[in-house]
Amino acid sequence: MKNSRVRRLKDAHPATVLFKGVRVVDPANNLDQEMDVLVEDGVFKEISPRIDIPDPCNLKVIKADGLWLLPGLVDMHVHLREPGEEYKETIETGTQAAVAGGIVAVASMPNTKPVNDNPAVTKYILDRAKEIGSCTVLPVAAITVGLAGETMTEMAALIEAGAVAFSDDGKSVRSSQVMRRALEYASIFDVPVICHCEDPDLSRNGVMNEGVMSVKLGIRGIPRIAEEIVVARDIILAEYTGARIHIAHVSTEKSVSLIREAKKRGVKVTAETAPHYFSLTEEILETYDSRFKVNPPLRTQSDVEAIIQGLADGTIDVIATDHAPHSPIEKDIEIDFAAFGMVGLETSLAVSLGLVRSGVLTPAELVKKMSQNPADILGIPYRGICKEEEASFIVVDPNAEWIVDSTEFYSKGVNCPFEGKKLVGRVELTVCRGKIVFGRGEYQWLVE
Amino acid sequence: MIYARKDILGIEELTKEEIEHILDLASSLKEINERSIKKVPTLRGKTVIHLFYEPSTRTKMSFDIAAKRLSADTYSISVSTSSVVKGETFLDTVKNLEAMKPDIFVIRHSVSGVPHRIARYTKASVINAGDGSHEHPTQALLDMLTIREHKGTFDGLHVLIVGDILHSRVARSNIWGLSKLGAHVTLCGPPTLVPKELESIANVKVLYNLMEILPDADVLMVLRLQRERQKQSFLPSLREYSVLYGITNEKLKKAKPDLLIMHPGPINRGIELAPDVADGPRSVILEQVTNGVAVRMAVLYVLAQRNLP
Ligand SMILES: [Zn+2]
Ligand SMILES: [Zn+2]
Repeated sequence: MKNSRVRRLKDAHPATVLFKGVRVVDPANNLDQEMDVLVEDGVFKEISPRIDIPDPCNLKVIKADGLWLLPGLVDMHVHLREPGEEYKETIETGTQAAVAGGIVAVASMPNTKPVNDNPAVTKYILDRAKEIGSCTVLPVAAITVGLAGETMTEMAALIEAGAVAFSDDGKSVRSSQVMRRALEYASIFDVPVICHCEDPDLSRNGVMNEGVMSVKLGIRGIPRIAEEIVVARDIILAEYTGARIHIAHVSTEKSVSLIREAKKRGVKVTAETAPHYFSLTEEILETYDSRFKVNPPLRTQSDVEAIIQGLADGTIDVIATDHAPHSPIEKDIEIDFAAFGMVGLETSLAVSLGLVRSGVLTPAELVKKMSQNPADILGIPYRGICKEEEASFIVVDPNAEWIVDSTEFYSKGVNCPFEGKKLVGRVELTVCRGKIVFGRGEYQWLVE
Repeated sequence: MIYARKDILGIEELTKEEIEHILDLASSLKEINERSIKKVPTLRGKTVIHLFYEPSTRTKMSFDIAAKRLSADTYSISVSTSSVVKGETFLDTVKNLEAMKPDIFVIRHSVSGVPHRIARYTKASVINAGDGSHEHPTQALLDMLTIREHKGTFDGLHVLIVGDILHSRVARSNIWGLSKLGAHVTLCGPPTLVPKELESIANVKVLYNLMEILPDADVLMVLRLQRERQKQSFLPSLREYSVLYGITNEKLKKAKPDLLIMHPGPINRGIELAPDVADGPRSVILEQVTNGVAVRMAVLYVLAQRNLP
């Protein structure tokens, strides 16, 4: 039995609750201090150092000593698998996992079956999200039809249907000419093109990072240059066309420095990394466990340090999960045949809080990278914790220790690289668009 | 007990003492293979399952003869990796076989690490009979036994391994084993097939010019070149490979007279090894095959010892 409760957005109740003495961290509104926060009917009514409990009191009052109240997180890189691979994940289970991880909006990648390369699929995703979702779903549409890297999708129609960005994630657009045209064309709409950077000739048949470990273990390597060459290409294309790009899942030291230099030159480039790229290294493949097979692959300690440096100095704007759920059919097999990918929605905040404890990021900087920055890059309205605004926020216990057990996950994915690990920091309550969609432990009753 | 492990998965994790113990045991068991009645009761009542996911007549035969000469009951299962497509995973297969209470699994798989994952799952002992490009421990043990018989010691011995090291499990197991026993190991071949990173996994040297190093070698291990490497753009042509790295009597004119020439088989005659070299006086290729049975008997014996009362 799960010690938590989750609700669909359409069935959830508006929040009416008073938090006493909660640490509010919201860089968008310059907040990082202990406050009392009053939410009424899903709207922030008052945020001030002291709010008296009314008498008589018909409010739920939470004494929130030691807890943090943050804006709801935005995860700009998620594979929800619906339509087409519902046995791996659905919009229902994926958004449940999201709110359990404190995420109130997920950008869903287009490599579904069928591919989200036409407005009917985009509309289907949005309709399903409205019907059974627990949080906001922001569809990312394909750059090219069928992710085949040849013909551009009808971007205007896709945006009209609700797409927020374009990506052929899972593959690079192989032709530099097609990519160039797509960047030029997308700049009509001021939406980001999200680049999965991988030279398929260099990475072909590879399973793990190429280097000492792959040679030692006898596992075929994916060289770092497969990523870096395409990061460099896409930066050069963005610079040439003046278009806006966002580099997905940065995993190497050289990629970080290419992006850093490009930003200095004024190229319109933003970048994300995922928690596994700053917390795990290739050594873990020694177990030959397919859970650690991911694309791009886990790299070396010096890459991890460069990623952390890139997060600290602002080169990397966003922490996203690249949540890629699979079933045992794809994962519990020989490592060469296993699918790439890891689940991350229910562990990303806890893993990322490690960066705060080690002094790499302040709590406010972490919130920016997991909430405000991705929202800004995707161009969705963002208010944060602000009086008279619809409330989307989470309550986090930054000191709660827990052992990762994927059988407790809302996600159907079994491929969690942190299985059995102790993590610190846990989401207790999630409110999305004014509605209480998730509560854990003593906050479960709020979901009723 | 010198060898107390449940499995034999690779040479990398073995100590020098464990390797020498197995070699000593193999030397003493070798005599059984010369008797007119080639059978001892050591493994009577033990069940050995050969689980081969990759075709290999020779290795399977060698293990089977070894197990039968020790009186084990043996069963062979050849599984094509395409059964994955049919929905049964290798762990399903092992779970099923495990239910029949085997004592030892001998496993060969084209994917690295599969025997290791099976070993973590099963209570039975697991012998790695070759996993992907990773390890082939019994091949390295039989190579080491053959070298020891001819050279007496490994101290200061110069072993040269030539060929496709990148994809070779035989090379990896020998790199770890020989360097632990005190030999100087040099790896030679084109840079596309001999990555420099090899120098970081053990105390070995990487060189690309064969004639620079051949005169110093006491032992020459020649690896099989898979023909598909040409198509995968590792090589311009097999012809050019054999000009640069193929072993011929012409090249051997510069070698030491007592150079030992080895090959794990099967040989691509005329590509990595000229036919007259393979059959020549310095070649110990057939002795390697003979020692293969003795080494596999030794390995089965040390694992079965664990379970004897
Ligand atoms: Zn990707
Ligand atoms: Zn992805």
